[in-house]
Amino acid sequence: MSTIRNQFSSLHDLREKAPIFLAVLFGTTIYASVCNLWVPEESIFHVTTYTITLLGKYLCYALLALSVDVVWGYCGILSLGHGAFFALGGYTMGMYLMRQVGDRGVYGDPLLPDFMVFLDWQELPWFWHGFDQFWVAMLAMILVPGLLAFVFGWLAFRSRVAGVYLSIMTQALTYALMLAFFRNEMGFGGNNGLTDFKDILGFNLQSDNVRVALFLCSAVVLALAYCLSLLIMSSRFGRVILGVRDAENRARFIGFKTENYKVSLFVYSAILAAIAGALYVPQVGIINPGEFSPLNSIEVVVWVAVGGRGTLYGAIVGALLVNYAKTRFTAVFPEAWLFALGALFVSVTIFLPQGLMGLIKDKRSVTGKLFFWRKGRKPEEEIV
Amino acid sequence: MISLVKHILGITLLIFSFAISAADEVELDLRQISQQLVGAKLKALPVIIKQFEAGGEVALPMLDAMLKGRLFIRKSDKLIVVGERQENGDYALMDALSAESLTALPKKQLKKVKVNNRLRMQLRDIIARVTLFSADPDIRESAVRNMLNKTSKDNIAMLEQAKNVETDSSVMELIDLALAINVLTTSDIQAERLSALEIMDGSLEPIVFNTLSTLLAQDDAGNNLEADKVIREKALKLKNSIQQEIDFYELMEKLFFGLSLGSVLLLAATGLAITFGVMGVLNMAHGELIMIGAYTAYVVQLLMPNTLEYSILVAIPAAFLVAGAVGVLIQRGVIRFLHGRPLETLLATFGISLILQQAVRSIFSPLNRQVVSPSWLSGSWELNPIFSLTYNRLYILFFALLVFFILQLVLKRTSLGLNVRAVSQNRGMAKAIGVRTEWVDAMTFGLGSGIAGIAGVALSQLTNVGPNLGQAYIIDSFMVVVFGGVGNLWGTLVGAFSLGMLNKFLEPVTGAVLANIVILVSIILFIQKRPRGLFPQKGRAAE
Repeated sequence: MSTIRNQFSSLHDLREKAPIFLAVLFGTTIYASVCNLWVPEESIFHVTTYTITLLGKYLCYALLALSVDVVWGYCGILSLGHGAFFALGGYTMGMYLMRQVGDRGVYGDPLLPDFMVFLDWQELPWFWHGFDQFWVAMLAMILVPGLLAFVFGWLAFRSRVAGVYLSIMTQALTYALMLAFFRNEMGFGGNNGLTDFKDILGFNLQSDNVRVALFLCSAVVLALAYCLSLLIMSSRFGRVILGVRDAENRARFIGFKTENYKVSLFVYSAILAAIAGALYVPQVGIINPGEFSPLNSIEVVVWVAVGGRGTLYGAIVGALLVNYAKTRFTAVFPEAWLFALGALFVSVTIFLPQGLMGLIKDKRSVTGKLFFWRKGRKPEEEIV
Repeated sequence: MISLVKHILGITLLIFSFAISAADEVELDLRQISQQLVGAKLKALPVIIKQFEAGGEVALPMLDAMLKGRLFIRKSDKLIVVGERQENGDYALMDALSAESLTALPKKQLKKVKVNNRLRMQLRDIIARVTLFSADPDIRESAVRNMLNKTSKDNIAMLEQAKNVETDSSVMELIDLALAINVLTTSDIQAERLSALEIMDGSLEPIVFNTLSTLLAQDDAGNNLEADKVIREKALKLKNSIQQEIDFYELMEKLFFGLSLGSVLLLAATGLAITFGVMGVLNMAHGELIMIGAYTAYVVQLLMPNTLEYSILVAIPAAFLVAGAVGVLIQRGVIRFLHGRPLETLLATFGISLILQQAVRSIFSPLNRQVVSPSWLSGSWELNPIFSLTYNRLYILFFALLVFFILQLVLKRTSLGLNVRAVSQNRGMAKAIGVRTEWVDAMTFGLGSGIAGIAGVALSQLTNVGPNLGQAYIIDSFMVVVFGGVGNLWGTLVGAFSLGMLNKFLEPVTGAVLANIVILVSIILFIQKRPRGLFPQKGRAAE
């Protein structure tokens, strides 16, 4: 239990770390938004709407990475299935957007989305009712993934499934969901998923203003999630979670019901992932079963590993860096991306177990020892 | 004495030469007839084709090609040829009568002999009748089988004629059956029909069941189509007993497919059971090692194009060595440095699997490749008309069991096996008494990976070989290992076959995708009850 901190207030972390992060995040997002909306197109400072959407996508990925870091970095639960929660959140948003299309679809049916007309369905399946209301969709976005995470987590953690067993189970979960969503009979558009959205809350999804609004919204949600996670992790609850990560049996013998802590954290993390998915769908304009593919989920894990887990901001930095690299790479040599990604997996786990943030922290602690020895900070032990 | 021998020799020679010249004559005749095809109108074709029947078996390849639309006229000299489209778009040609192969030509220089549905029917009838008098009983049998559901007057007459000269008992039975069906459907005499039903008793030919079903059918008003009550009762009894047998064989078929899937799972999971069971690390690149094995089979086949029949036998050890070597490389190059960090190992090996997939995609192209099955692996073992076992699945079943038992021997009877078991039971203690655990780890990994390679060779006989071949197997294999119990090979055996069976028995009820999902969910639930699988490893470890 090397990570017991001597700060008495759980707000300490928030006060120390959040301001820099928030300043950087809002600085760049507001700058980009202003440059998109008010700088003329011919100026070199103009930011295209394409870039805004791309950045918005990155922010959603960052939120997803944050949700993985919460369980993996702080509790040692390596989930290879967070893409499933992300996609479920995305589907609830997609269903809302689909209902908003109304009779403007290709077939012009006022009630049924296009793919149902195409499949010759006569009425709306029961689970599509109510999704024309935004609040219902938002409620479902939280409840559905939350419930799934609760049931799965409760079953898994209660019987002490841990380590690689748990990882493979989560992967099997997302794989099973992928297979299920590929079926037309499921009622979620099968192979093609949900697409051709028109507007959100009455605003046209294609307009620049809405794009920027969604982008800013993603930034705000990311900031909120970051602060909330920081608060949780530096609270008493968070310390128990750290204890569970480092020595679960010991924590259990002391008297903590570790599975309850793990389930709660897992549900919280799943909801974060779902929110990320719901923000992602209106920006990219499509959600299909491919989002459930196991590769997507495991890619998220590598973002967190690159950034450095157990730091929260590391996950965000990792997600932004790797996705930027992916965008660049796939544009120049699409063939080589999988090689690069594979090499990233191998090299990060072998050479950079603490990620890039670990590298920076190491430097700081070395220099700290040399020059600021009075602070008396010990370098943290390696997370196993 | 000598003169006698000479005599016999002389006669044989005489007969032989006569036979040859007779065949030649037939061919000559046929060639004249076949030349009439050149420039013939579609309307004139039936008359021309009818003449081929006299040619007997010599005309068969030509009739067959015509039926399949592969008969062409070479524009340069109006020769009738059989053409088969090659990969480059040209047509490989051979003489339609002498089967002599000719130089390939592009499509432009050929004219297709046109056929329509009426002609096809006529062709099929002629082929059936010609083959009915073939010298080979197998060909005769299939000819009769083709005629079973086409009991025209001509055919019945032909069958009766064939019955007189038939010597083979199984062909005879079929002929009797065909005649019996004819009697049942056309005759009015009750006794005749009853004895016909008697003959049909116990036959599993689908046509028998269909005939009985139509016999027992009712019209819209609920009246029986068959007026004779005695016949109806007898037919119903017959139908029910056939139905029972069909049900039984359907069950057997499901069982066989379950076993077959189980054997594939067993092959895929055995390697994983070793690496995961002994070293506690999950090699996510396991599926890609299977893929490498399959590609090795493909490469071996490319290297020995003249002995395709046996390339698969070379491929098995080759795949073991190649996949094993890659496995040892992975262990020495990556996994060794991540000792005691199973989650990181999982991530790193997943990275390796991505690299291997992309590497194969770059080298062999992302398209699927086909590994040709040798003739002794293709075809099927037909036990009766409705139940047959395909040889490749049957062989793979035995092969999987063979690999499994060899592996058991290696683990139980060799010093490597002893070391492997020691390390898997208590790594620290094994190390303390002088087992080179590092070396054992590498060897274990090589062994497990090599078996994955062998699994790939087996899979190459069932599906096409592509870069994504192995991807699906990692979750399935892991499920098998977890279900059976980690560190216990017998558990893997039982796990593989029970999951295979479960899958195949669920599939008809729920569909393939839902069956997969049901199995995943039930394994998750099963782990609730028995976290350490069916056959947990005994030990005192707390975690």
